[in-house]
Amino acid sequence: MAGKHLNHIKPYSPQFGTMIPLSGQKFLRTCVLWQIVRFIAINIRMTILILKSHH
Amino acid sequence: MARIVVMGGGVSGHTAATFAKDMLGREHEVVVVTPNSKWNWIPSNIWVGVGEMTAEEVVFPLAPVYKKAGIDYRQAKALGIHPEGDKDSDTPYIVIEYTDEEKNGQTENVTYDYLINATGPKLNFGATEGLGEGSNLGEHTVSVCTADHADHASHELDTCIEKMRNGERQSFLIGTGHGMCTCQGAAFEYIFNIEHKLKDEGVREMADITFITNESFLGDFGMGGIHFKMGGFATSSKVFAESLYAERGMDWIIGAHVNKVEAGKVTYESLDGEIDTQEFDFAMLIPPFAGVGLTATDKDGNDITSTIFAPNGFMKVDANYNAGAYENWKASDWPRTLQNPTYSNMFAVGIAFAPPHPISKPMSSKNGTPINPTPPRTGMPSAMMGKAVALSIVDMVKGRATEPTHTASMSEMGAACVASAGKGLFSGTAAAMTVYPIVPDFEKYPGTGRDLNGTTGELGLAAHWVKHILHHIFIWKAKLRPGWTLIPE
Repeated sequence: MAGKHLNHIKPYSPQFGTMIPLSGQKFLRTCVLWQIVRFIAINIRMTILILKSHH
Repeated sequence: MARIVVMGGGVSGHTAATFAKDMLGREHEVVVVTPNSKWNWIPSNIWVGVGEMTAEEVVFPLAPVYKKAGIDYRQAKALGIHPEGDKDSDTPYIVIEYTDEEKNGQTENVTYDYLINATGPKLNFGATEGLGEGSNLGEHTVSVCTADHADHASHELDTCIEKMRNGERQSFLIGTGHGMCTCQGAAFEYIFNIEHKLKDEGVREMADITFITNESFLGDFGMGGIHFKMGGFATSSKVFAESLYAERGMDWIIGAHVNKVEAGKVTYESLDGEIDTQEFDFAMLIPPFAGVGLTATDKDGNDITSTIFAPNGFMKVDANYNAGAYENWKASDWPRTLQNPTYSNMFAVGIAFAPPHPISKPMSSKNGTPINPTPPRTGMPSAMMGKAVALSIVDMVKGRATEPTHTASMSEMGAACVASAGKGLFSGTAAAMTVYPIVPDFEKYPGTGRDLNGTTGELGLAAHWVKHILHHIFIWKAKLRPGWTLIPE
């Protein structure tokens, strides 16, 4: 079923020249367990960024 | 006793005023002059624009907050600066005109020891024919620049959704309304939220959605593009952004200077010099920004506006305004202390400071029309500038220093940006991006200009949670509720 995410892409259209996520990637984007992990990771990343940015 | 006057009560001005007052206490005076009666958490206007939040949820009245903080709040707009005073007094002052019901139209001189210009931009709808008049939105398009604009946009969107339910196909055009716009991120968020909303309403198949932008490539964001560390690659934001549009079946028009807006149609000039049109049933086009039109006058009454302000109306600060061509640009061109070079007791923060030059490479069409994004300086960097300037002024007021002690250069700070792609506790997504530094430093980071360990991007539900939590945290902070000083900018 991975292909259904590509059905709307027309050959040689601008959309044809980029990457399109498949079903696994799309599932992970809203998979609650995986996103809890990502939530922690994003917060750590942003905290480090803030600490680096204050002068 | 020193008096610090802050012109503007948005993200940067509010941050500067509240931190200055918190640290200076009752011994010194902080005055905020802003024409608005309410504070607006602008990043959430996107959700108001698709009916997922009410306008009331993204604003709150400023007066009670400033009363609690001991800040002298004047609901007024600043008209002019007299940095040397006048013939009668050497004390510098600004001229304000009240906008509240009680004193509407009355003018007053407000003296200062330190002045922070945080006026934000004039929404220059009038720069594009048909987009609006002056700073007022026109009748053909909608906007999400203010909570009221976004509320209006939501109602217009509902009308389109109703038409689609009745079998009428609708065309959506979202993007920038001029070749010199900034804030592509807001348009980026809005188009994805519209697409998400139309899916939720079951009418996505009835909609043609197009993004129109002055960026020379999708994902430029006014920052010359970004390379993210992603999946073992340094991936260009061009690929990241194009992928998001392509996945959702949305078209895009790049390198476009919209020069005319009519009912249901825009005319635009492309970088290749071609003139084309795009029809729409619903359009949200971001206007270009300009300075708010402050004047400056010296002690003898001579106009010194061009000494204090750049031609675009933004205040000159400690930037290198003589960098010249793109090839000569350096990260060190960007201001660090935000102090005005002529009058050391004046500072400008957020959108109000004049950038030395764009971040994106300047481009123009074959006809000579400039078409390139201007530098973004909203949100996190804006607040960081406000706090840095407040801390510097506090040190100078308290006699601990004679020069600014804190810096907030966009070439030395990072930015965290969470761009919503649709709201929903379990169905929402957003792009969480970190960029370090905001202005690329090709000497320090050859190739991409940025530290790949600090420059990342990902799309997912977690980022949506972050954005939603930030909405509540930053409104909590702006209301000066317990622990507000501990919440980082």
